[in-house]
Amino acid sequence: MLSLVAKVEQRGTLSREELRDFFREMLLIRRFEEKVEERFRAGELPGFLHVAIGQEACAVGVCRALEDGDVIASTHRAHGHTLAKGTTPNELMAELYGKIEGCSHGYGGSMHLYDVERGNMGANAVVGGGLPQITGAALAFKLRGESRVALAFFGDGATNIGTFHEALNLAQLWQVPAVFVLEDNKWAESTPEQQHSPIRDLSKRAEAFGMATIKANGQDVEEVYRAARKALDHARSAKGPVFLHLETYRLSGHYIGDPQVYRSKDEQRDVREHHDPLTQLREKLEISDEEFAEMDAEVHDVVDASVDFAKNGTDPKPEDALRNVYA
Amino acid sequence: MAELSYREAVRDALTSAMRQDDDVFVMGEDIAEMGGSMGVTQGMVDEFGPERVRNTPISEMALAGAAIGAAIQGMRPVAEIMYEDFLTLATEQIVNQAAKHRYMSGGQVTVPVTFRTQGGSGWSPGAQHAQQLEAWFVHIPGLKVVFASTPTDVRGLLWSAIYDDNPVVFFEHRTLYGVKEEVPEELEPIPIGKARVHREGEDVTVIATGRLVHEALAAAEQAAESGVSVEVVDPRTLQPLDEDALIASVKKTNRCVVAHEAVTRMGFGAEVAAVIQYGAFDWLDAPVERVGAKFTPLPFAPIMEEWCVPHANDVLAAINRTVGRNGN
Repeated sequence: MLSLVAKVEQRGTLSREELRDFFREMLLIRRFEEKVEERFRAGELPGFLHVAIGQEACAVGVCRALEDGDVIASTHRAHGHTLAKGTTPNELMAELYGKIEGCSHGYGGSMHLYDVERGNMGANAVVGGGLPQITGAALAFKLRGESRVALAFFGDGATNIGTFHEALNLAQLWQVPAVFVLEDNKWAESTPEQQHSPIRDLSKRAEAFGMATIKANGQDVEEVYRAARKALDHARSAKGPVFLHLETYRLSGHYIGDPQVYRSKDEQRDVREHHDPLTQLREKLEISDEEFAEMDAEVHDVVDASVDFAKNGTDPKPEDALRNVYA
Repeated sequence: MAELSYREAVRDALTSAMRQDDDVFVMGEDIAEMGGSMGVTQGMVDEFGPERVRNTPISEMALAGAAIGAAIQGMRPVAEIMYEDFLTLATEQIVNQAAKHRYMSGGQVTVPVTFRTQGGSGWSPGAQHAQQLEAWFVHIPGLKVVFASTPTDVRGLLWSAIYDDNPVVFFEHRTLYGVKEEVPEELEPIPIGKARVHREGEDVTVIATGRLVHEALAAAEQAAESGVSVEVVDPRTLQPLDEDALIASVKKTNRCVVAHEAVTRMGFGAEVAAVIQYGAFDWLDAPVERVGAKFTPLPFAPIMEEWCVPHANDVLAAINRTVGRNGN
């Protein structure tokens, strides 16, 4: 991934091969999430599960723009970010099955995915919970003079909570190298944006702190990637934090099994038909049916293998629950 | 030996750590030029500059969270929460985040952050600036909790808190800042999890924290005049708790009083009483007595405030009850 980023940097544009690679990763996230839905419905997966179907371009576009040493904090809808940041499907699926081989060794689950070695400071099940810590991580980088950026993902629902406002205020005040990525999917669980926010343009909330903002179409991975690079370059060059506003869509419910009584079947059909980032990228890249089928089969194999890996994983002993409480 | 006030002892621990270690820095409201609401960090900005003695907005969620994030990235921040009451604003970050990152990550994350705060009665600030909330945090697995009562203890324990790899909530009592004590020239770290026997005695053990350690020592003096020998023990660290030391003391004296300024109901003393009755059941000659504040928010009028919180005479009365000399 690093060499790829370096190549992209040199050319300043994405080749068809690179975009095809982005597409493949987005497809992997999609198929992974569909498998998670399937296994949850089969009764195999414990816990609360939130899939990111529809938001794959945000995860891949942003994470591909990151550099080695950069860190992220994610949300309860974390599978896509986690895969895009480099955690393997096997490690992620094993975590969802509560196995020791999982990326949080069975202590976290879907809403608490960590991979410190790969720069994932953790998914957070408290909406807005990770944002102040991203400000703090960026402060540490600044105090030590390191050329690293800390980046937080969050949704439109999080822009109403105090941690959002306090974290952005502090980040801008202290000019720390942080990027705040709003995945504006229009829904706070079941509550539509017009019911949870009095303004339509949520970037204004960051502008109110004097923060640089960048907007991008979150369904276009190339646009997301370019915007993220710009945001990261800005933050890395000590020009202060950036608010990256990605317009996206949640194609599925809040959680697996959500009957979505709050939105019409027509709307659900419409977003799937017109706002699917995979369909759009496939058309743009003119991926043939044959090429797609081949890629899809390969991705399915990877996902199926992750389920096998997870099911064959090691259960923790009950008393392992007493470990890791203190360092 | 040098004489230091409790306030100077806190400052000495912070300064000593910051001199030897670039990873240590302090942050909080009004801590730079003003030197903190209690004057603890006075003068530190002159030595270390505003990057390391970092003023924050009135923004407890962000300042607590930022300290946690910096700690996860390898710093050892000390965040000052100006008043203990304002811990409530930072509680989400301390309880859901700092306390649980290591656990939820299966041991990958380390959070070496210290939250210093102060509170307590005595100055009549009313119900939102004088609470004693230490018991809340003892209830949270993943946090360590310290409550130091003397200059020596506060200096040595704060040092250990800063260098502990876990989040530590560090309580100071407002009325102790002026208390002076002879302390060693060189800072001597005090291990977290070790109680201190302030006074040895034979008849009753008083297990006290914070301001009540001093009230208990005064009560012990008075009890001695009537022939009752009182042992005073300060756990100093509430989590982890030095259960062995507390149980050993009660096995020697056969009677126990627990005393703190926080309200008695569900206070830290309730846990201590449970530990003692289980660990020293066959040695107890009297029920464990609890001394704490009345179950009310702290009132403003000084006459009411003083009545609500315990003093030496309340500890003495409890001591007398355990030896069958009640009548009051």
